Amino acid sequence: MNENLAIVIAAAIPIPKLWYAVPLIVSISLVYGATRHEHLKPILIHSLRSAIWVTGFMAIIFGLIWLAGFWN
Amino acid sequence: MTEVVYNQEDGDPIVIDLKQPGKAALLAWLWPGAGHFYQQRFAKGFLFMICILSIFFFGLGLGRGRVVYASSKPGDFRWQFACQAGIGLPVAPAVLQAIKTSAGGDPLFVMCERFPPPANYPQGPGSDLAFHRITDENGNGYEGPTLKDGFMAAPQGPIFQNDRDVLGMWHYDYKHNFDLGTLFTVVAGLLNLLAVYDAYVGPAIVTKEQLEAAKRKKNSGS
Repeated sequence: MNENLAIVIAAAIPIPKLWYAVPLIVSISLVYGATRHEHLKPILIHSLRSAIWVTGFMAIIFGLIWLAGFWN
Repeated sequence: MTEVVYNQEDGDPIVIDLKQPGKAALLAWLWPGAGHFYQQRFAKGFLFMICILSIFFFGLGLGRGRVVYASSKPGDFRWQFACQAGIGLPVAPAVLQAIKTSAGGDPLFVMCERFPPPANYPQGPGSDLAFHRITDENGNGYEGPTLKDGFMAAPQGPIFQNDRDVLGMWHYDYKHNFDLGTLFTVVAGLLNLLAVYDAYVGPAIVTKEQLEAAKRKKNSGS
């Protein structure tokens, strides 16, 4: 999963528009985590897991679209 | 008073006093986090308020105050507003503007004025300036009727499918920021619905009983 994260971060540097995803991922993860727990610590742990999951999912989609670019 | 208890596998059970859940849900819808403040769940209240309002206002800023508006005009049915309305009071100006302009009046909080289309648009003289923003450079003392961009107001003037109109100019002027602003505000509205749910029934915590039931199911299946 960390490799996925590294791929997305590396890809985001030359594509500034990808940085717009950061506040969305942070907010969505925190709000979703807060609807599953009551105390702050488990909320943060759940949010971190969600954020990694979402980022990994985005990395997979990114990879698929990137590969599709070779399909000419 | 409504109290919910979540038995934990380890540690003390979590007890949450939801007070009057209906009232809390209404407050949570009106202002993100307000329902949780009413229930004295301050940490979660702040978390919801900061997360949801920050992305809402960031999106509104990206779209220069134009991405949140209510419209059911042919060609511009703004379905996104149904999602944005999940955030409650912050979209109230859009409702006010819709009421104010429904009979054809000018919007409140005018941000800029634009040239209206000429009678024989898009072929006739003056069509090249139609829907463009009036500035000192292109205005040349123009004093005729104008189309006004209002804060959280629907685009004025006719909406065309294949020719330039105010909505098209917004997309042209703000590029990807218009769509991103719409996305941010839509997501903020939808996230607040989760906060409303949390204020109404409490968090969806997995309890000790549910964990045990899941384990039993897993063991019986394997």
